[in-house]
Amino acid sequence: MSLTDIMNITLMQGFAGLSLFSVLLLMGLGLAIIFGQMGVINMAHGEFMTIGAYTIYMFSSLTETFLPGFASMYFPFAIVAAFCIAFVFGWFIEWALIRHLYKRPLDTLLATWGLSLAMQQTFRSTFGAREVSPTLPDWLLGSWAPAEGLDIPINGLFVLALTALVTGGVLLALYRSRWGLRVRATVANRPMANATGINTSRTDRLTFAIGCGIAGVAGAAFTTIGSTGPTSGSLYIVDAFLVVTFGGAGSLLGTVASAFGIAQTQSIAEFFMTGSMAKVLTLMMIVTILMLRPQGLFASKIRR
Amino acid sequence: MDSIKSWLARSGMGSVLILALIIVVVFPLTMDLFRLNLVGKYLTYAFVAVGLVMLWGYGGVLSLGQGVFFGLGGYMMAMFMKLEASDPETTKIQSTPGIPDFMDWNQITELPLWWEPFRHLPLALLAVLLVPTLLAFIISFAMFRRRVGGVYFAIITQAVCLILTVLIVGQQGYTGGVNGITDLKTILGWDTRTDEAKYVLYFLNAGLLIASILLCRWIQLSKLGTLLLAMRDKEDRVRFSGYDVSMFKVFAFCLAAMLSAIGGAMFVLQVGFMSPSLVGIVPSIEMVIFAAVGGRMSLVGAVYGALLVNFGKTYFSESFPDLWLFLMAALFIGVVLAFPNGLAGLYESHVKPRLGKRKDKPAAGTDSTPSSDVPPATPLHSGAPHGGKPLARTALPDGVQGTSA
Repeated sequence: MSLTDIMNITLMQGFAGLSLFSVLLLMGLGLAIIFGQMGVINMAHGEFMTIGAYTIYMFSSLTETFLPGFASMYFPFAIVAAFCIAFVFGWFIEWALIRHLYKRPLDTLLATWGLSLAMQQTFRSTFGAREVSPTLPDWLLGSWAPAEGLDIPINGLFVLALTALVTGGVLLALYRSRWGLRVRATVANRPMANATGINTSRTDRLTFAIGCGIAGVAGAAFTTIGSTGPTSGSLYIVDAFLVVTFGGAGSLLGTVASAFGIAQTQSIAEFFMTGSMAKVLTLMMIVTILMLRPQGLFASKIRR
Repeated sequence: MDSIKSWLARSGMGSVLILALIIVVVFPLTMDLFRLNLVGKYLTYAFVAVGLVMLWGYGGVLSLGQGVFFGLGGYMMAMFMKLEASDPETTKIQSTPGIPDFMDWNQITELPLWWEPFRHLPLALLAVLLVPTLLAFIISFAMFRRRVGGVYFAIITQAVCLILTVLIVGQQGYTGGVNGITDLKTILGWDTRTDEAKYVLYFLNAGLLIASILLCRWIQLSKLGTLLLAMRDKEDRVRFSGYDVSMFKVFAFCLAAMLSAIGGAMFVLQVGFMSPSLVGIVPSIEMVIFAAVGGRMSLVGAVYGALLVNFGKTYFSESFPDLWLFLMAALFIGVVLAFPNGLAGLYESHVKPRLGKRKDKPAAGTDSTPSSDVPPATPLHSGAPHGGKPLARTALPDGVQGTSA
């Protein structure tokens, strides 16, 4: 094995880690807003991702049937639609369920778990129990080979770019927009924020809905990597919570850092042992670190 | 006579007696063996639910990982029975006789060292009780010492659940993998699959369950129970009074873990297998709903909750499989929004006042203190809507308690 081969393997392995990183980060971002900022334990977060994934699937089959010429163009529109549908649904759920439970976090957990069961069964009745995948446009398939023996899958690059875009957008919105200001004020001191004229219940609803919308985008991105089934979302929910918790709830940068750390640990460990043992090792490391440092990597400076 | 009556009312023993009558007399007389075995299986979940009442209702700590302890208890029992079932005589067609069949299928030629203690029944029974409790102690000691509580604890327990499931499924050669440990036959030569054995095991299970309820009831009535309640409502004040809050929580968690482990072991004895499907996140959360439906403050209610939800599950998933998940979802949401005290709460608020009216004498007593033996689940529902805020404060998302409240 020559030196370039080793270089290529290292690069590709590193890229596999980056893909996992973007997946984890996309999952964690919506939750970082809902759980990290608002403190709502949304166990149905995975199902909001599944909504996004099924939206892409629906768009793909609709364009195939009615607008075959549009097939290479539908994907960006479908992602926007995934955001909108998950957003509207999140808005409705906040109004119907979550707003009654802000003071009882553990009960929110049970109620949203129930919600996730209902959503899973709805998916199963609507789309069937089998896993589906959309027909991806041609430009998402194949791989990019910048050098001999080095193959980087384009869908991985796409997810990475989308993650960067969404993360940047969320950071910008949270720290540079009126909405972000209202969210941060509400998180820091609710009665005070109310007193200064911020409609905190409206802010809560908008924040929850945006978090759900981001979950929808995450689900949309996953369709380029794997197929979607009714219970796909629930597979990710524990990982998503661990990413947010490990990074330190309330800190978006912490979420980014922890997603990176977890992804790299797992992909490096996978090189030396089986996938399941790598997962066990990573999870155990996270749990141990959380036991020693419960506030997570980046503790939020806000006094609650 | 009156003193017995008042003792029954004060200690809540009346409801325990009724429950014992139903489990020990009514069910065995009215059901055939198949149904009774099914009830026995449900009653093993009731152990977990009873533990959760102590942990969640009284201690205010929600664990989403009780499946871990149920599973560990079950696996310990199953390992003993598996070793007995795979003696060299019956497994002589294997390439290595005398080891469990799934090890042979995975090209393992020698029994791993940590399986050795499970050749002996006393050691296995000790492991059933101690290993889950020890694990619970390690987890909870590390967490509660650092004042991690509420939501964070729930997430960590869930992660532990995931770790154990992935580990069991991944290490197929040592644990039996997805299929779990099956083909369990005898304990010290006593066949657990005969009709007679099934009756014996059912009554053993019922006896252990009632003993556990009595133990928990005793704890609730003691000073420790009062302290647990006080901690749940105002942790800081208890801490400032000089109590070591974390160790009480550790105790509650270990107690719940040990009860779950007994349930798991009884499950294996009655059902005859153990698999990771009983360890994971989904069954763990379902176990919480048993306690929630019964009433998170009522030990007896938890048993009824476990029985009802499981009867419902069996009935609906046979007849209307599509409807079952919706019904389960409605249970989760309804129990949180509409009746947070579960069946026991409904009984307290609707049935008991009417009973009190019919009987003249005790009416005065029951009316003035409508929920004497079942304290309210949260201050939110007993008082004015604005009065309950401090409780929610103890479970803020940053997990570290005690900064404000």
